[in-house]
Amino acid sequence: MKPEELQPAIAGRFSNGVEPLETPFDIPQYRVDPEALLPLLEFLKASGFDMLLDVGGVDYYPRSPRFEVVYHLLDTKTRARVRLRCTPADDDPVVPTASHLWPSANPAEREVYDLFGVRFSGHPNLTRIMMPTDWAGHPLRKDYPLKGPREELEARYVAEKNRYHAPRLAEG
Amino acid sequence: MAKIDPADLPLEYIDPRGYKVERTKDDHMIISIGPHHPSTHGVLRLILELDGETVVDCVPEVGFLHTGIEKTAENLTWEQAITVIDRMDYLSPLSNNLAYVLGVEKLLGVEAPPRAVYARVLLAELQRMASHLAWVGTTGLDLGAQSMFFYAFDMREGILDIFEETTGARMNPSYIRVGGLAKDLPDHFVEIVRAYLDKFPKRLADLQAILNDNPIFLDRVRGVGKISAEKAIAYGLTGPNLRASGVAYDVRRAFPYLAYPELDFEVPVGSTGDVWDRYWVRMRELEESHKICRQVLERLPAGPWRIDDRKLVLPPKHEVREKMESLIHHFKLVSYGFDVPAGEVYVSIESPRGEIGYYIVSNGKNKPWRVRTRPPSFYNTFAIPEMIRGELVADMVAVVASVDPVFGEVDR
Repeated sequence: MKPEELQPAIAGRFSNGVEPLETPFDIPQYRVDPEALLPLLEFLKASGFDMLLDVGGVDYYPRSPRFEVVYHLLDTKTRARVRLRCTPADDDPVVPTASHLWPSANPAEREVYDLFGVRFSGHPNLTRIMMPTDWAGHPLRKDYPLKGPREELEARYVAEKNRYHAPRLAEG
Repeated sequence: MAKIDPADLPLEYIDPRGYKVERTKDDHMIISIGPHHPSTHGVLRLILELDGETVVDCVPEVGFLHTGIEKTAENLTWEQAITVIDRMDYLSPLSNNLAYVLGVEKLLGVEAPPRAVYARVLLAELQRMASHLAWVGTTGLDLGAQSMFFYAFDMREGILDIFEETTGARMNPSYIRVGGLAKDLPDHFVEIVRAYLDKFPKRLADLQAILNDNPIFLDRVRGVGKISAEKAIAYGLTGPNLRASGVAYDVRRAFPYLAYPELDFEVPVGSTGDVWDRYWVRMRELEESHKICRQVLERLPAGPWRIDDRKLVLPPKHEVREKMESLIHHFKLVSYGFDVPAGEVYVSIESPRGEIGYYIVSNGKNKPWRVRTRPPSFYNTFAIPEMIRGELVADMVAVVASVDPVFGEVDR
């Protein structure tokens, strides 16, 4: 599909749930509801966007809606690219999987699940990919501390641990 | 007691002693290769299901090198983040730098001066040569051609020496900065690069002479690990791996950046998508990169090597010692950095491993809100099962090597 045909084609077929956004930098982008995502992806795949370049997550905490799952699609023949930004619900975010359309979505969605906690309904093996399987929490969320769950604990005891001299017993 | 035929049992069941028994089809064996297997080029674990010596299925497991680089980058200023992004793809740090910096510059709306543009192209192409040489050396090693390793790494060393002269570091130089370069190219830059490029074709011919007609090598790579063009696109393969399958998609041509539109080079494309094609495409890319480097050397202009915007780049040191404003600018840039207008941008370049893209989200502050990398190695790694189904275990080594995954980038 040619880049200039994209906007009328999407506007004609998808009235609710798909909203075009401003495109400041050459890739047209759309905000998509989770319900409208799968039909839109199927339509884009059928109309020539044969490569799913990337699936990534963004956490806009404390803004609401907080999560965004960002899809970049590429048409390898006409060199058109499009970006879809899907906004799931804040608590228990669920997005339909695209792994049956593009096998490359499988690991990418696992990564988003692992690091952001966004679940992908219908995914064949939605398990952690980067973190250990028994890890608690989702590290790329903005309310997750940089050094992990032990950050607060360590901050409390670091002074004790680094003390070189024995503490004075009595002041003065 | 009636005799139980093992084939009638379900694939997964709890036996009378309470143990969970997992079976695959009869006579299939599951073996785990890695994460410390030398031929996996890093820390990749492959769970192979074997029927005799034939690979029936394969599941890659990654994440052993996860260091949270994207999370760390969110907590650093825009300039500081360059240093951690270096460390993703440790075989081509300058390509990582370049893609990220181009993204930030796009958000800022600045453009590097011509000298910096050409220097970036030259360094990126030298980086591609260094990376492909490291690849050809280790792949030769994996397939039994040990001298490849010594020849190729010696050639790569010459490029790393150029980097050391230029940037001060062999690896992870963090040399490409927002608005230009970290410092000017050294005075003798053109001479040392030219001296290296003059030697290069002869030495590359030596490399090719070792492998191109070597019957042992050809037996191990021809027709092994095939992936069709449609499958390669569906799996998100990019770079030499995609072009080996016959798809002429190169970001340098499809979405030209920097000075690439003016440069004359070919995009080598394979036909069958087997290991040989992936080898051949990379060998041809070495020649093309050499050609690009030659052209850039001819055109490398003199002049400023970074933009003259004191809100974005550090002032010259002598001014810091003499002028109050420059001192303030210096202090502000080092301590706070600079703000980047809010917005999001996706910028991709052709790294040695494929399309490396950065989806950068800014909220208008001095730190990136989100730096999402599109890691080419990540998608390439997860296409390995498609390539080795039906091949022999011994070919697994050739296939994994031919995909050229770098696990610093897969796991980030």
